[in-house]
Amino acid sequence: MSGVTVFGLCAAAAVGLGLYGLITNPQPLRKIIAFNLLGSGVFLLFGIVGRRGAAAGVGNDPVPQALVITGVVVAFSATALAIALLLRLFQATGSTTLSNGAPPGAGSTPSGG
Amino acid sequence: MSIATIFEIVLAAVVLGLGIWTIVVRETYSATVGYVAYGLLVALIWVRLDAIDVALTEAAIGGGLGGVLLLGAAARLRDSEPTVADAPGKAVRVCAAILSALTAAALAGAVLVLPDPAPTLAPAAASNAWATSLANPVTNVLMAFRAMDTMLEKVVLLLAIIGVWSLTPDSAWGGRPGPRHQADPHSVLVFLARLLPPIGIVVGIYIFWTGANHPGGAFQGGAILAAMWLLAIMAGLADTPPVRSRWLRLVLIAGPGLFLVVGLAGLLFGAAFLSYPPAQAKPLILGIEVAMILTIAATLGLLLAGAPERSARQ
Repeated sequence: MSGVTVFGLCAAAAVGLGLYGLITNPQPLRKIIAFNLLGSGVFLLFGIVGRRGAAAGVGNDPVPQALVITGVVVAFSATALAIALLLRLFQATGSTTLSNGAPPGAGSTPSGG
Repeated sequence: MSIATIFEIVLAAVVLGLGIWTIVVRETYSATVGYVAYGLLVALIWVRLDAIDVALTEAAIGGGLGGVLLLGAAARLRDSEPTVADAPGKAVRVCAAILSALTAAALAGAVLVLPDPAPTLAPAAASNAWATSLANPVTNVLMAFRAMDTMLEKVVLLLAIIGVWSLTPDSAWGGRPGPRHQADPHSVLVFLARLLPPIGIVVGIYIFWTGANHPGGAFQGGAILAAMWLLAIMAGLADTPPVRSRWLRLVLIAGPGLFLVVGLAGLLFGAAFLSYPPAQAKPLILGIEVAMILTIAATLGLLLAGAPERSARQ
């Protein structure tokens, strides 16, 4: 088994782990981290495909590389937006629960949110 | 393809272990620290995959700035650990585990049966490199062959910052993001915040400049500049700018704006949208990148700083 395949299997496992964390973890911040883990696995799969496409003196196909660089920056900005929403939710209601019921600990419960 | 070395197997195992830790550990703060370590080691995997440009981006943005963002959020949300009642039941967990295992197995199967010889665009990118006179194929793809992606990505950054700012409470509208940081003027943090930025700014500009011909580029350099700015802010040596300030908004639109102008000029005078005449390709690309690195540094820093919390006068 080549090193590229080992990293490919690692990437597949990261996607599975991220998906599991995204579904089962009740805390929004943990969901955001799990989603980032999932995304990082997908980026690594791009890297595997690009590494196998090494040719013309380039060690890794530059097109998937460029897509991943763009993807990393977009993932960061989406994470920053999600965290800003989460902090605002915490500021407004005093809790970060995603359940539909009244958030615990908040004296007056603002509707919506 | 060679046989996997022990280093590669150990690296993959440690990365996987950190991924598991990040998902299963109880405290959110520990999960965040695990994710930061995971991000930095993934950068090493990218080095092994011969994708140095991606490794730099992953280390600077995925591990570094992303880590600061998550750690900051985890620290502020520390008192909001949820009640146990929120946790899903056993049936949901088992179903999720089965779904995740099937997904991972399908992807692993796909990795094992990838076609040989692999399809590649590397020869096409290499044979057309003359058109831009840049030697780094990744920069060529980012700035010329698939410039549309990069331009739209700048727009995504802009939309994200608009989204973050729109969460501002009324009392702080147009004000400064984040708390005003205070630090002991004799502390290590303040010392480093005075010592590192001159070096970091040179390194950031070098990584941007060398990106034309070697691994590097505006994203990686911009992330380093943003880190230096944030270091000065966190040490209390500088304050975040009020988001209503006009020069700040000009910097934020400089990158996508110049990109769009050059693209439209290509439509008017050249062959297509975002086409560069080969003789002027390199100065045009470097010009766009200069505007881009400023925009990227400012946007990444402001995304980390979050929504304004204080009015501009405080």
